[in-house]
Amino acid sequence: MLKYIDEFRNPNLVKSVVVRIHGEFSGKAVKFMEVCGGHTVTIFKYGIQKLLPERVYLISGPGCPVCVTDVAFIDKAIALAHRKNVIITSFGDMIRVPGSRTSLQREKGNGIDLRICYSPMDALTIARDNPGKEVVFLGIGFETTAPTVAAAIKLAADNNVRNFSVLSAHKTMPQAMQALLDSGEIDIHGFICPGHVSAITGIHIYDFIAEKYNIPCVVSGFEPLDMLESILMLIRQINSDNATVENQYARSVREYGNQTAIEIMNEVFEAVDTEWRGIGTIPGSGLGIRTDYANYDAERKFDISIESVRECPGCICGDIMRGVKVPWDCKLFAKVCHPEDPKGSCMVSNEGTCATWYKYAAKENG
Amino acid sequence: MISDKRITLAHGSGGLQTHKLIKNLFRKYFSNKYLNPLEDSALLKTGTENLLFTTDSHVIKPLFYPGGNIGKLAVSGTVNDLAVCGAVPQWISCGMIIEEGFSIDDLEKIVISMKQTAEDAGVQIVTGDTKVVERGNADGIYINTAGIGTRIEGVDLGVHNIQPGDMVIINGYIGDHGTAIITTREKFPINIDIKSDCRPLNKETIALLSKLDGIRIMRDPTRGGVATTLNEFVENQGYGVQIIEKNCPIRPVVSGLCEPLGFDPLYLANEGKLIIVVASDEAQNVIEILKSFPENDNPCIIGEVVEEPKGKVVMETSIGSSRILDMLSGEMLPRIC
Amino acid sequence: MCLAVPMKVTEIDGMEAVAEVGGAKYRINLTMMPDIQPGDYVIVHAGFAIEKLDEASALETLQIWQDIAEFDQNKQSR
Repeated sequence: MLKYIDEFRNPNLVKSVVVRIHGEFSGKAVKFMEVCGGHTVTIFKYGIQKLLPERVYLISGPGCPVCVTDVAFIDKAIALAHRKNVIITSFGDMIRVPGSRTSLQREKGNGIDLRICYSPMDALTIARDNPGKEVVFLGIGFETTAPTVAAAIKLAADNNVRNFSVLSAHKTMPQAMQALLDSGEIDIHGFICPGHVSAITGIHIYDFIAEKYNIPCVVSGFEPLDMLESILMLIRQINSDNATVENQYARSVREYGNQTAIEIMNEVFEAVDTEWRGIGTIPGSGLGIRTDYANYDAERKFDISIESVRECPGCICGDIMRGVKVPWDCKLFAKVCHPEDPKGSCMVSNEGTCATWYKYAAKENG
Repeated sequence: MISDKRITLAHGSGGLQTHKLIKNLFRKYFSNKYLNPLEDSALLKTGTENLLFTTDSHVIKPLFYPGGNIGKLAVSGTVNDLAVCGAVPQWISCGMIIEEGFSIDDLEKIVISMKQTAEDAGVQIVTGDTKVVERGNADGIYINTAGIGTRIEGVDLGVHNIQPGDMVIINGYIGDHGTAIITTREKFPINIDIKSDCRPLNKETIALLSKLDGIRIMRDPTRGGVATTLNEFVENQGYGVQIIEKNCPIRPVVSGLCEPLGFDPLYLANEGKLIIVVASDEAQNVIEILKSFPENDNPCIIGEVVEEPKGKVVMETSIGSSRILDMLSGEMLPRIC
Repeated sequence: MCLAVPMKVTEIDGMEAVAEVGGAKYRINLTMMPDIQPGDYVIVHAGFAIEKLDEASALETLQIWQDIAEFDQNKQSR
């Protein structure tokens, strides 16, 4: 009976894919960007890079929602958290992210009421259980996560749960990839496209990359066999001098995605310009809450004022996310910037480039 | 370097921040020859006798969890800290800080559990202290236990004994306690049938040490998990440890908690596990002795001491590649990305 | 990003369901996958089923690589 996990970690199958990669790779150096932080984790957790030919480089893109959430968002969340009667609810990922001056985790020491959720539905439950409090959920993530938060907002509206709201920093993937490509600073020969984003959006959101920029794209799953097969598919596209969008992860990703999820997302959210930490403002790349659901938009519900935003001097998270630098190029990395005291957002998330490098590859971490 | 201006929960996670706090603050000021090795117990020489002395505070949420409660944990934890240092645990103290309004029935359950665990371990609770604090100033109850044991004659355990070629053994499944606690404590909509492995381990350690000469070091991988304990073995040493991922015993249900939440079982707490480093020719004997105690549900060799890379724990991954296994850094939090 | 894991749906109760991985049971939401049946495998992200796993596609991937792996092994042993 297929369980969809261990089968895709079978060392014998992995070995055969690796043999093919070595056999078919032309030897001319290539850089593949894995856009999604989940892929970054698989690469480090299983030691994928070590299995590849030396001149196949994997670089991490902007697909870690924690890493790209801007400082002002954290500052706003902290400002809200310090209000009377506010409970902040969040995925665990966000709480160590440094804002201008502090993080939610540190403010917990100063008495804010912060609750970690596995699902946005948990936040809604907290709101129902605490009618005298305002429960604010920190909405982060790409197209995979946005529909789950939209569903929670819809359910809150349907059931008139008035003390629930969302501070949205949701973002969409294609605009970010386009912004990256247009920045002209990167040298990428293939994209390993995010499988779970694609499960919602379908695979055609990457068409412009293959067509306009002539760069091969493969939508990939997250198990070692998936990632290696995707790398092989990219190499084959390069060898045949072809750039197209292929779907390696067909078991979870339908060509046109999950229409129900897209509808829910579009009902609650609309495209807005948004700030990406380290990249800047990307037009139409954010998801703001529509006016129909204004009562559930923490931004509108509360008048949030923050002091001026301050980013850590010396932090090169932006360059790292654009793939032009690696963590060792940063003078803060592993010296004053650690997972337990992150300066930049790439160190914060478990999947941030700096955190994964630190955890799995750090040469010195004293 | 202590960079945070305030204590965060990560300082108590048993990982990197805890180690830094201990070394850079406590040891800096308390420094003496008994403390400085930072073993689980201090070795004190009084005349002819070698005593081991340890203390451990227990703050756990929830107080009652599948497979145990704070009382059982408070006795087991201290017994185990003595046991892994080569002691026969003898006497235990019991300091209780109780919150105003705490249920006396619950307190009795905890006390009965402590008594039973002490009997199992063959130790006596010989002194104690009780304080009650105002409501809101403690999470129900905190228990501190200190323990004294006599060192088994001729035993010398420590990282200085470890040599390349030694085997690394664990007595059973990894992460059961952490899984039981997380699923009971957190309000996540998850239902997992598992019991904490919390129990005293001194019968095993005494049997091992009295029958074998090749035991180099033992530890109970509590907070910070197996990965953190292994890192303690190799830190600043002229050898490394290589672990084989597929040989690490992990229950499917523990993976079932870890995979969706983004946890790693090797960082989950254990309260009834022993990691033993032993000369390779005695490895099978260790397994046999462990197997003679039915509670050790799956003793096995999970890796070995290697010459390179020095000071690192390397794991051979399930697909045959390798990666560095670091100490726990930061609290483990469920994540979506 | 987007940590999501395959789980087997065991019980359905309206828009909610129980799904299992390794014996760990999760309460999940089916709003995005209203047509799921007990016994189906779904990809779960943040407590929501976001897509159904397609057995045929999965088996196809595995079969291709199993055949290649066998071929590789035969070649090696010859």
